[in-house]
Amino acid sequence: MNPISETFAGRTSPVHRLDPRVKIVAGTVFSFLVALSDRPGALMLSAAAAVGLLLAARPPLREVLKRIAVVNGFIVFLWLVLPWTVPGRSLATAGPLHATVEGVRLAALITWKCNTILAAFLALLATESPFTLFHALAHLRVPEKIVQLFFFCGRYVELFMNEVRRLRTAMKMRGFRPRTDLHTYRSYAYLVGMLLVRSVDRSERIHQAMRCRGFTGTFPTFVDFRIRRSDGVFALCFACFLTGLVVMECTPWLP
Amino acid sequence: MHISEGVLSAPVLLAGAGLTVAGIAAGLKRMETENVPRVALLAAAFFIASLIHVPVGPANAHLVLNGLMGFVLGWVAFPAIFVGLGLQALLFQYGGLTTLGVNTWNMAFPAVLCSLLLSPWIRKGSPRVFLAAAFLCGALSVALSGICVAACLVWSGENFLPVAKVVLWVHLPIMGVEGVLTAMICGFLRQVKPELLQRSVTGGEGEGDAGT
Repeated sequence: MNPISETFAGRTSPVHRLDPRVKIVAGTVFSFLVALSDRPGALMLSAAAAVGLLLAARPPLREVLKRIAVVNGFIVFLWLVLPWTVPGRSLATAGPLHATVEGVRLAALITWKCNTILAAFLALLATESPFTLFHALAHLRVPEKIVQLFFFCGRYVELFMNEVRRLRTAMKMRGFRPRTDLHTYRSYAYLVGMLLVRSVDRSERIHQAMRCRGFTGTFPTFVDFRIRRSDGVFALCFACFLTGLVVMECTPWLP
Repeated sequence: MHISEGVLSAPVLLAGAGLTVAGIAAGLKRMETENVPRVALLAAAFFIASLIHVPVGPANAHLVLNGLMGFVLGWVAFPAIFVGLGLQALLFQYGGLTTLGVNTWNMAFPAVLCSLLLSPWIRKGSPRVFLAAAFLCGALSVALSGICVAACLVWSGENFLPVAKVVLWVHLPIMGVEGVLTAMICGFLRQVKPELLQRSVTGGEGEGDAGT
């Protein structure tokens, strides 16, 4: 598994061409609105919009399904518990357990919201390279240190992943097989310890190299994003859509 | 454990986000610019460590190590955990944007609390006290994280009470594993790189001891 594989970025589609700052803001506001909504009508519309965006981004279907499977782990767990424990009208019976209408409804609501947000996330944020997004964060006035942490962390996650893979290959070559015993735990502990030690040593060298190049605590940003007309049109439409959602949320007689 | 999107109620989400922002601000204040690469690389290392699965009986548990993070980074664990979780959301869509604040708080607050409580024993104690304190730091942090997750669920709705109970039970074996591993890792670091345990990483705290 390659963490910074950028499966969804590096393609071309109308969604890919949008300005990353617009996408970050749009995705964040949309996610919060969906997470806090409980109106069926508004949720249907948001899901339609999210899926529409995802389709417009033309992502690889296989990868999308993989992400959906990973994210829904917690949801599966909720489905195992909620229908049987929420009090309400009985829907089905299995031995001493009763599934209730209310329980199923709650589980379904959460599943719907979670996957709507996931679709929007994949469409808007996963279509950018993480480093472009960090850069955009800097332009959105996120504290500089946080942005730098993201840059370094994102850069070295991949490298450390390969390092762990090498260390684990070395362990396997020596006949290590994980079990539930102290030997296994100690081996993993030393693996993690080694990783930490190496990361600190490496950070020393990085810091020295940066000092040599005159680092004063700020990353100069050379490339500025430019808002084009298509970005403006998208931002305007999406803002209208989000306002519509809020209105639906606040109007009692709408679904 | 990550709470996924669409589960928590507005007050919990907003409170989590607000508290996390405060924690991050406290962490950033204690982090000098020159420590940025070190903190970032440690965050990356912990991120990768959390992808390692260890066998617990018939099942697997992935490492959390927030106790150790709190111990090594102090208040800086807040920005470090935030960045780690943010990256996880970005790369695997695990967790998410709306829950980022709550999830960061649930992991970082216990870490900072335990490290503040236990650091005198980890820093100065005899080898045996040191290992016991490290064990406690790892186990307690994860236990508190589990309690925080359960509390968030219950505050979001009475209906989540059974789910919260399951979450708490699941955290029991993880507590043991985390405690043992944290103690072992601390033991390893004490021999190989003791300055890492002096909290010299974040600057400010632990000066004087560093590098001796």
